[in-house]
Amino acid sequence: MITYENVTKIFGSGPDAVTALRDVSFEIAQGNLVIFLGPSGCGKTTLLRMTNRLLAITRGKIIVDGKDIMNVDQVKLRQTMGYAIQQIGLFPNKTIADNIATVPKLLGWKKQDIQKRVDELLSMVQLEPSAFRDRYPAELSGGQQQRIGVARCLAANPDILLMDEPFGAIDPINREEIQNEFLRLQRKLKKTIAFVTHDIHEAIKMGDKIAIFSEGRLEQYDYPETILAQPKNQYIADFVGADRALKVLGLIHVEEVMDRNPQNVVQGKTTAQEALSLLEGNDFRHLVVLKKGKAIGYVHKRHLREEHAPVQDLAVPYPVRVDADMALKDVMSFMLMHDMRVLAVMDEDGNFAGTIAYDHIQKRILAMYSGEDQDSTGTNPS
Amino acid sequence: MVWDYIVNNTAKCIELTLEHIFIVGMACSLAIVIGVPIGVAITRNKSLASKVLNTANIFMTTPSIALFGIMIPILAPFGYGLGKVPAIIALILYSQLPIIRNTYVAIKNVPPELVDAGRGLGMTSWQRLKEIEIPLAVPVIIAGLRTAAVMSIGIAAIAAYIGAGGLGVLIQQGIGRSYEPMILTGAVLVSVLAIFVDGFMAGLESLVTPKGLKVGRRLRHG
Repeated sequence: MITYENVTKIFGSGPDAVTALRDVSFEIAQGNLVIFLGPSGCGKTTLLRMTNRLLAITRGKIIVDGKDIMNVDQVKLRQTMGYAIQQIGLFPNKTIADNIATVPKLLGWKKQDIQKRVDELLSMVQLEPSAFRDRYPAELSGGQQQRIGVARCLAANPDILLMDEPFGAIDPINREEIQNEFLRLQRKLKKTIAFVTHDIHEAIKMGDKIAIFSEGRLEQYDYPETILAQPKNQYIADFVGADRALKVLGLIHVEEVMDRNPQNVVQGKTTAQEALSLLEGNDFRHLVVLKKGKAIGYVHKRHLREEHAPVQDLAVPYPVRVDADMALKDVMSFMLMHDMRVLAVMDEDGNFAGTIAYDHIQKRILAMYSGEDQDSTGTNPS
Repeated sequence: MVWDYIVNNTAKCIELTLEHIFIVGMACSLAIVIGVPIGVAITRNKSLASKVLNTANIFMTTPSIALFGIMIPILAPFGYGLGKVPAIIALILYSQLPIIRNTYVAIKNVPPELVDAGRGLGMTSWQRLKEIEIPLAVPVIIAGLRTAAVMSIGIAAIAAYIGAGGLGVLIQQGIGRSYEPMILTGAVLVSVLAIFVDGFMAGLESLVTPKGLKVGRRLRHG
């Protein structure tokens, strides 16, 4: 756990003094990944660098696992925290193995333990140990170097990681991939992470919570959905962007809004006319056709008029497969592309699990932005 | 005619060449021992750095014959006014600028993110120096030494005038006797020695370049 208490940082003195951080107080809970977000010069990197005493604290306190960091030897303090930066900073004169082993070596680990750990970390970041161990940083691509940077900061298995735009230097496609890998890793490792970025998308995607800074002040510290749904002020609203409702869709999953017991469902053997009367009687527009527990397609009124066959012969297959753990953003995109207002949702085994309708999504967003749905906005996304 | 002179005076030429190598080798070895730590030390203190580099600059720009001359009254009270000692001291002073400057610049040019990563991971200032900054700086430090060594070989020839010996003796005596082959032999041997040492140092430079840097260069340049 990291606690910031009225942390203030002033660079320089006298008339040239610049206040980089003013009275910042918040807490990073054990096992949480907290994003420090804001434009350049907002103080986010300054705060990160104060956390391992790369920068001195002007006023206030930083408490890590119950200890005031000013009472801990700064070199020892840094060795207990992983540190990764945007420029990566791999040592070009050392092999990949030696780079990863930096902190274990400083801590005086045994040689065999270090070798074992290096191979374990290489596999963890999806690089084949035998192929990469003895190579040099200059032989690796940017994305591979970034992975080594992550491995190096995890090497001595610190509880706390400080990461300053760790994925900032790679192209968007690789970044997406390494973000996903890192999230997968974090779900297992449960490190306490301070993660600096200026990228709102990365913040929403990666953060358990987000701390938004502006000109040295902490503007809002909250869950990503809450920040998107209820930005505290105009500055945050502008920062998260006019499309924040769409960004929220990236955070909510189908299972949270889908209809698990839809009424507009028919078994495949039902005849067309029976199905038609079901549609008309209930004023449905869309019927899901089921066969052996699977959604084989759908029928609309126009498919059934003048028809007498069982609906399973008339059903139009769904153009896309929707899984319960998909983000609403993707489902919404399917709906727009295929001009469908309802889609069938499948569970892990491919069986019909319910339906997701445009109306469900809209209702959910409206609820969030009218503040009626405060409970669900307060839940942790991970 | 140079060749005839060398054939007829082989022993003398070898002796003077070895003496020359001894003077320059001694001066350069001591110059490294003094210059590299100074170069490293001043990377930690900016105001000291400019003072030290300026001082080294003054020695470098003093004409060699004048510097040898100054050595005489300064070292005479200790009984070393003439001979090899003042010559070696003067050469050490000459070599300081390229060695200190190259050491200083090489360490200052280590990319800041490497220093930051080292600090952030919990390396002490000494560990960063030993593990990162010096290994990366060594090729440039050796390049400075190369400049110093080649320069010293030339300047050492003049040290014959204060009785230091070496190949300068051939030139000095040749001029005294107006004996051209002798002057030329001295000059040619000094040049050959300089070219040989320059090549040797170039090889050393590439030998001490960390493998990881060579790999990077090869990749970048095809």
